[in-house]
Amino acid sequence: MLRDMMSTFELQQPATVTDALKSLKKAGKDGWVMAGGNDSLTWFKDRVKQPKTVIDISGINELKGIREVANGIEIGSLTTLTEIVNNKAIKAKFSLLSDSAAKVASPQIRNTGTLGGNVSQDTRCWYYRGGLPCYRAGGNTCYADTPTAMNREHTLFNASRCVAVSPSDIAPALVALDAKMVIQNSSGKKTVDAEKFFVGPAVDILNMTILKSDEILTAIQIPNTWANSTFYFEKVADREVWDFPLVNIAAAMKVSGGVIKDMRIAIGGVECVPKRLQVVEDLAKGEKKGIDVAKLAAKASVRGAKPLNFNHFKIPLMENLVTRAIRDS
Amino acid sequence: MAYKLIGKDFIPPDVLAKVTGKANYAEDIRADGMVFCRMLGSPMPHARVKNIDISAAKKVKGFLAVLTADKVPSFPPPNNPILNNEPRFIGEPILAVAAETEQAAVEAANLIKLDLEPLPFVIDPLESLFPRGPDARTNGNVANVRLKLQNIKWTAKDFAEAGEDQLPMGKPAEEWQFGDLDGNFKKADLIVDETFVTAGYSHHSMEPRSAMAYWRNGKCHVYGSAQSQSFIIFGLSRYIGIKPTQLVYNGAFCGGGFGSKGGPYAEMSIPAHMSKLLGGRPVLMRVSRAEEFAIGKGRPGFQGRVKIGFRKDGRVLAADMFIVHDNGPNTGFWDFRNAGSSFSIVFQPEAMRWRGISVLTNTPVRGPQRGPGENQTAAAIEPIIAKAARKLGLDQVAIRMINAPDNNAKYGAKQGPVTSAYLKDALAKGADLFKWDEKKKESGKKNGSKVIGIGVGSAYHSAGAAGFDGLVRIMPDGKLHVHSGCGNLGTYSYAATARAAAEALGGSWENMVIERGDSSKGLPFVLGQFGSNSTYTQTRTNWAAGMDAKAKLQEIAAKDLGGSPDDYDTTDGKVFNKADPSKSMSWAQAAKRAIELGGKYSGKEMPKDINPITKWATASIAGTGLVGVTKDKLPKKGVTPGLVTAFVKVEVDTETGKVKILEHVEVADCGTAVHPQSLATQIKGGAVMGYGMALSERYVFDPKLGMSFNGSLHNSRPPTILDVPSEMMVTHVGKPDTSNPVGAKGVGEPVQGAATAAILVAISDALGGHMFNRTPVVPDMIINAAAGRPQSYKTLAVNTQ
Repeated sequence: MLRDMMSTFELQQPATVTDALKSLKKAGKDGWVMAGGNDSLTWFKDRVKQPKTVIDISGINELKGIREVANGIEIGSLTTLTEIVNNKAIKAKFSLLSDSAAKVASPQIRNTGTLGGNVSQDTRCWYYRGGLPCYRAGGNTCYADTPTAMNREHTLFNASRCVAVSPSDIAPALVALDAKMVIQNSSGKKTVDAEKFFVGPAVDILNMTILKSDEILTAIQIPNTWANSTFYFEKVADREVWDFPLVNIAAAMKVSGGVIKDMRIAIGGVECVPKRLQVVEDLAKGEKKGIDVAKLAAKASVRGAKPLNFNHFKIPLMENLVTRAIRDS
Repeated sequence: MAYKLIGKDFIPPDVLAKVTGKANYAEDIRADGMVFCRMLGSPMPHARVKNIDISAAKKVKGFLAVLTADKVPSFPPPNNPILNNEPRFIGEPILAVAAETEQAAVEAANLIKLDLEPLPFVIDPLESLFPRGPDARTNGNVANVRLKLQNIKWTAKDFAEAGEDQLPMGKPAEEWQFGDLDGNFKKADLIVDETFVTAGYSHHSMEPRSAMAYWRNGKCHVYGSAQSQSFIIFGLSRYIGIKPTQLVYNGAFCGGGFGSKGGPYAEMSIPAHMSKLLGGRPVLMRVSRAEEFAIGKGRPGFQGRVKIGFRKDGRVLAADMFIVHDNGPNTGFWDFRNAGSSFSIVFQPEAMRWRGISVLTNTPVRGPQRGPGENQTAAAIEPIIAKAARKLGLDQVAIRMINAPDNNAKYGAKQGPVTSAYLKDALAKGADLFKWDEKKKESGKKNGSKVIGIGVGSAYHSAGAAGFDGLVRIMPDGKLHVHSGCGNLGTYSYAATARAAAEALGGSWENMVIERGDSSKGLPFVLGQFGSNSTYTQTRTNWAAGMDAKAKLQEIAAKDLGGSPDDYDTTDGKVFNKADPSKSMSWAQAAKRAIELGGKYSGKEMPKDINPITKWATASIAGTGLVGVTKDKLPKKGVTPGLVTAFVKVEVDTETGKVKILEHVEVADCGTAVHPQSLATQIKGGAVMGYGMALSERYVFDPKLGMSFNGSLHNSRPPTILDVPSEMMVTHVGKPDTSNPVGAKGVGEPVQGAATAAILVAISDALGGHMFNRTPVVPDMIINAAAGRPQSYKTLAVNTQ
């Protein structure tokens, strides 16, 4: 296959969510929603995904902007990552979110990349991206889970035929902040917990989220539950710019008198979904925040990890990041 | 020596076009009636094309033609073919398709049905050397430039004796030795024996090698992306199948090459062949990023082993080196040879043996990349020298100082002389600027999970050649035109070296014009712009041509104003009598007189010993002014070494595996700096490329599929601006090389290897002397090492994560 040249498609540029949903419904499975275009255009240029209709939602103003609402903050799905990084309210109350957005890709990509696009982007498994007919592409094998496969970037947990991981830096922060995802289709709106928005291959091997082909993620709400908590975000990647995380971690803690009263923590790059580490939360709650509980939590966090040939480094890396989240926050 | 132009900063004429986007690269060229073509590459790492069915492709609106291997010249194996019916790596071009639009060409290409018979393939040289292992070609597994295609297998015993963690050393393809190797090993107080792997990786030049071509009046016009101008004329004409005089080559701009576009290359001829098929219509072939990865060449990887014997003061008494070289499927490049020669000059061993074998693999075509072989050697060897220093209780600078070459240094298998070598000075200057004695107290200092490491490393590349041609012309308007045949890789050395002609004549920058970028402008034959040679080679040719023009000015003045030529000297725009400056004539007047006089003065007669290309160039401008043309016959005895040393301080986070480069000092032994600003950029740019070599860039292939992970710039992971320290201190020794008329020598390549080596030494230092013996050192390796866990890869694994 000759790549690096998009195939033709019909481009639609609706101005309202209502129009976009109509277009999506009409296009059916051949439709594709494009926001910032950073993930979409790569797929198209590689001719791995060749949708017949592309619905470019980037001109829909009602999907843009950051609003302070009664119980928190609501962020339109088309809000750029740069806007999130620079937003005063987010920085003041939910710096976990702005810190995670600041680590996405590069400044240029953050200027065009959207919040909705970041959390809805597809996995970066290079076999899948390379156009191989793997499970996730509708085929009947996994190329990354073989005795000789190059799988440094792949899963530690809950593989189910597919061993790809969630690539988002923001997704773990949203899970840690207990964010709510607002999804709209032509019959109406629904709100879903971030934790339930992302799905693994055992649930749906073709998709990383619960979004259906006739739905649009319109906004993300951050409830005040974790506002002004003690936060920790860290991303470990090969380079300081551009790269997806090898592993990233996002934690929110309520600490009082040196004791962890409450905690939510999620880790990316080790499972198909941003993995909420409830064992760490259970272990740490009520404990004195410090190196002792950090070490214990780190050990607990990796229980059940099933490394592949080239990614067992993620086990010590994950332990180290859990340690740092508790020790250094 | 005080110069008017040499050693001064200036703005090269093409800078503005580059920074404003006005520069037209090959892909930007458009012509009336132009059509598009694209290559169709192999989906398999090794296959035989049994049938090509183009019936469906022909039905695509705008389809024009398909070019197949049988319609283009072929070259004896293992040369790079233009198109191939036995593709030997994924992406190797099998055919090309032309259509009215690029979209149609791609649609048509994707409708072509290739019937391919898969053949055995190999991506690990040692697998191919193992008895009955797969071969990359049906007719051999070992080849290189001047090493014939042949089949070499080692014995099972070779492998069994070495075990899993040491390089087996079977029959080499080549070897050399000097000195009393065994005797010197016996005298050694310390012997280290280390096995290492350096990763191959793609050049990924920023500009993919797109090309445009058309035919007009029997001539083929090609717009391409090449580092070199005149040097590619012969080879490109052979690829097209025409005489060199039938080729007009336009290469005004090149978006980077790093060695991959130094010489002529096969794919550049595809649009010319396609254009011929279409009656001469202009054809643009766009080369995509993924295609550039496949055909744009890569650095060969090494699986190596070295035994070094040290005296207790650190002096290298003996070295025994074996390199298994991953050469890709074709001719490749001789990095493995450069491993031996560069070790010999940087460490000046009293005795040394080098053995090597260049093994073919079904991976992208390899070619020279910045410091080919020398930089892998710096990366592999410097950490081993550091280990020896630790074992001997010696300072890291001291052990390098005692071995470093000076003007009495010996080079290579034949232990020949050098024109100058000031690595000791570079080490001393670098240690001083870096404050080595203070910094070494910080070695191993911990701040939480972060540890400080310091390192030093040096590298070498030959830095210039002799015997090429210079051509200048003084026009009747009095302007000096310097004709540059060297090409425009992007270093601006074409401009800096052209100034040597004006320097010879006492001319000024304002009064000179550089002719370049288009072979129809009359460009002389010089070596290509590669091998760190331009600065040295072309200051010689341009100086020589300038001196030839000067002699002609003096002769014309003597003829017209009386006296002998020696009575006259030249300054900007004027030739004057030294005793009586009132007796003078302008360059403009002299140029007019040269045209009247004809003969050698106007280029109608020319030296017999110049290259045919220079003869054609001179003939094309003869009679238009005063022509200075000559072969560079300035003396040169021995190799001219470019030597560089780098000092770095890193912070290694043992919990995340991240390496932060905190400080970087780099000192070049490059003789006179002809263009200081450009030199600083050259050192910094090379160092940053060295960061990639040390920390992130490598080929990764799935061994079962032969498919690569890195076919994009993103996944190749060159360093980004945020991976670079905000300040880097770069300078040079400043001692001129007396074999060059302005004292200059090149330094483009070792600036990378020194940086790579220093970083690797520093990482090892931070980890208490831990040896990875592998490049690049990526975060997972550091995490595993710090956690005391095994690494994912086997010791000798290549093209792996």
